[in-house]
Amino acid sequence: MIDLQKCFELIINIGLPHCLLLSAMLFSIGLFGLLTRRSIIAVLMCIELMLNAVNINLVAFNRFSAMPDYSGQLMAIFGIVVAAAEVAIGMALAVKLYQERNTVNVDELDELKG
Amino acid sequence: MSELFASVEEVTKLIHWMVNSGLDIAETFEVPKLINAGVFYGIGGVVILMSYGVILFRNIVHSALCLTGSFVALGCLYIFLSADFLGAVEIMVYGGAVAIIIVMGIMLIRRDDMSHSNPGRGIIAHISAGIVSAMFFVSMAAAIIMSPFGQPAEFKLSDAVTGLADLMLTKYVVPFEVSAILLLMAMVGAIIIARGKGADKA
Amino acid sequence: MFDFALECAWLIPLLPAIAFAVIGLFTRQNKQLSAKIAIVAIFVSFLLAWVVLGAVLSNDITVESPFIAKAVWTAIGNIELTMGMLIDPLTVVMLTVVTTVALLVEIYSLGYMAHDPGMGRFYAYVSLFVSSMLGLVLAISFFQMYVFWELVGLCSYLLIGFYYYKVSAREAAKKAFITTRIGDFGLLLGIIMLQIYVGTTDFAEMQIQLPHYIDVFGTGILTAIAFLLFIGPIGKSGQFPLHVWLPNAMEGPTPVSALIHAATMVVAGVYLIARAFFLFSQISVVLEFIAWLGAFTAIFAASIAITQRPMKRILAYSTISQLGYMMLALGVGSVTASMFHLMTHAFFKALLFLGAGAVIEAMHEEADIFKMGGLKERMPVTCKAMTVGVLAIAGIPPFAGFFSKDEILAAAFEHNFFLFLIGSITAFMTSFYMARLLFVTFYGELKDDCPAEETNDFMRYPLVILAGLSAISGIWGYFFGFGEWVYFGAPVHEGINFFVAGSSVLLAVVAIWLAYAIYVEKRWSAHGLAAKWGIFYNLSYNKYYVDEFYTLVRYYGCFVVARILYWIDLNIVDGSINLLARLIGALGGVLNKAHCGSVQMYIVCFYGGVLIVMGYALIYAYKVLSMAGGAF
Repeated sequence: MIDLQKCFELIINIGLPHCLLLSAMLFSIGLFGLLTRRSIIAVLMCIELMLNAVNINLVAFNRFSAMPDYSGQLMAIFGIVVAAAEVAIGMALAVKLYQERNTVNVDELDELKG
Repeated sequence: MSELFASVEEVTKLIHWMVNSGLDIAETFEVPKLINAGVFYGIGGVVILMSYGVILFRNIVHSALCLTGSFVALGCLYIFLSADFLGAVEIMVYGGAVAIIIVMGIMLIRRDDMSHSNPGRGIIAHISAGIVSAMFFVSMAAAIIMSPFGQPAEFKLSDAVTGLADLMLTKYVVPFEVSAILLLMAMVGAIIIARGKGADKA
Repeated sequence: MFDFALECAWLIPLLPAIAFAVIGLFTRQNKQLSAKIAIVAIFVSFLLAWVVLGAVLSNDITVESPFIAKAVWTAIGNIELTMGMLIDPLTVVMLTVVTTVALLVEIYSLGYMAHDPGMGRFYAYVSLFVSSMLGLVLAISFFQMYVFWELVGLCSYLLIGFYYYKVSAREAAKKAFITTRIGDFGLLLGIIMLQIYVGTTDFAEMQIQLPHYIDVFGTGILTAIAFLLFIGPIGKSGQFPLHVWLPNAMEGPTPVSALIHAATMVVAGVYLIARAFFLFSQISVVLEFIAWLGAFTAIFAASIAITQRPMKRILAYSTISQLGYMMLALGVGSVTASMFHLMTHAFFKALLFLGAGAVIEAMHEEADIFKMGGLKERMPVTCKAMTVGVLAIAGIPPFAGFFSKDEILAAAFEHNFFLFLIGSITAFMTSFYMARLLFVTFYGELKDDCPAEETNDFMRYPLVILAGLSAISGIWGYFFGFGEWVYFGAPVHEGINFFVAGSSVLLAVVAIWLAYAIYVEKRWSAHGLAAKWGIFYNLSYNKYYVDEFYTLVRYYGCFVVARILYWIDLNIVDGSINLLARLIGALGGVLNKAHCGSVQMYIVCFYGGVLIVMGYALIYAYKVLSMAGGAF
């Protein structure tokens, strides 16, 4: 028999698992997009989603951990830095790719075929 | 006049009582927690919805818009998780800079009709991607639910900017420098990559 | 006064080794200097050996109480390998014989090798050989003996192949090395088994432990060990069926044939058995085997020697035959007779070989005795020396061979009449073919174009000295009580068995007369006799086709098997490898399809892998947590 009261409390008491679940959901959505989109720009956007999911994790752990310091947030900042660098390079590559190939569709770029 | 004062006092008393009893009632029904939960689910819902928008819109400009919305909602979530500075950074860097870069990229690449600018792959790719991502979520969720996290510690942190700066310039100074070099390299690299053929002459 | 020699006996093998090193490293190009170094070294060893003989005689060192000096050379686990020297009358006999013959041979070589550009190399090899042989003689354990045993084998190989520019010499060297290797392998197995089962290879220790071992474990394993040990002497001492290398070994320089393949190295097998006779004497089966194999080898080789034409080959088969005699003596249990014959044989066979070398050199490398004749006038000294040698090997009293052969025949007679019979027939044959060699070479008519002249001094004097030794060593040993000095078990005092001695002398005289009648008087035609006894003549002339048989065995045993194995390798081993390769290739083709170039497909696969790892981790974590009672 499901204890409704307990379920309600679990849902209401926002804690670490809720944030992590949100993060996992965001990551999975990003993954799905990464695997299904054809445009390289959409793929990049999905990667941004996934990186943000990671950042949620970091911030949530920082918030709910027993250690009163800012390490988690700092890691999140480093993550943001890397993501910003990544998106800059990625966009540059996409633009260059479009100039060279006149396409940005990932499945037309199959030079890795063995 | 005195009646008036008296009535004012009465009214004041009444208001006090109402507020107090309201607070009591709120206390009884755990209203702070409810509000807390409401805020979280609200923000979270926005994030998830916006993310779905990113991957489902056929028009890539709409996708980019949803992405920006998602970033802003995430910034709010950070603030909710008492990481105010990070929330601000998120909104500024992601919601501002990254979104602008992406939109600029889109503009540089597609100048014609945008209505089908974000095509999906075949049905097999969708199915396999769905299976993989769903299983990933399920296993992650299982791991999260399985893990015995303790009760959230309740403590008040001091000024976030000061704390972060302390850490960044003492304990994490090397990663900080490395990320500085990384940013520089990314900037130079992006310029070199994106520079057109005619740029040499200019 | 001679005692210091016992302590210094290690110098005897060391000096030639130093000579080898010096010649090999520095003076190889200088022929005269190399020869002088080698001869000085062997001369000092020779003197020391005789002083050791004096020390042994004056110090009352007997077979039961040898002089032993040893040091631990290395230890492997709890097995200690010792090196040292064991000096008893047996050793001293070998020491004096080896150093004497080696000294004479090296002096002889001064003349014989004078015109050979490889003289320095020759003296280096001979010095190494002498050193190894003396080390073998002084060996304290089977292990040490095996080390030097292999070294003398190496020297034999080097010296047989001395004229390496001749194909036949190269082939002969290879044949000698490979054939003796078969024997050496058996010896090595025997030594290893000895170490495993008895726990020591030291002669003195073994002599003490062996009776207890036999009491406890019986002789089963020991029989196998003794057989394996005997395989070594079969190879080294040219016993049937591994005798085939010895006639081919005559490709080497003649002094080498005299020193190594007649007087010293080939008797190493006899010496080994004599040295370990306390082991062999416990196992009558092996002794019986040794006796019969020796007797068979003796008569077998003698019957071949009758019809051979090259001079050195006759002598080579004669050597095999005489080695068979020594084995026969050991097999019937007489170490005394064996060692006595070993000594006298060393002298007269070295004499015969050196004489043959002189003749062949005088004839300008013509070895066929039927192309010689009447050399008596041209080479009187050589002829007289050779006559002494032939009389000695034929067993005419009072020359050396009479006494030693008589002892062997007497011992065989006491043991088994049939063995005695074989020995007597062999003695008859020996006398016949040696007389044939002598008569055909030195008597008869001088060929018109004969270039022969008397040899130079260096070659002549060793012949004279050896002739003297061949003449007197037998009677000397007889009257000075060789049997009371070198023996196994109980001292033996030889008395002449007049039936045995009379019959063997009679047979020898008849054989010599027969040879005289055929080859000098021409009373019967040798060709007619050969035609009359065609089958036997052909068998003997072709050495019973043993070499051909080995060739066949090698062809069918090796080439055919190798062909089959080659086919198996080509089709089955390689085939399976190729099949595997094709399978891998096919699999690669399948996986190649997965390698479609689509990055997103790769990501799917990557996350599939991630999911597998995660799933495993989850299941593991679930198990751990439910054990702790905290899952969900």
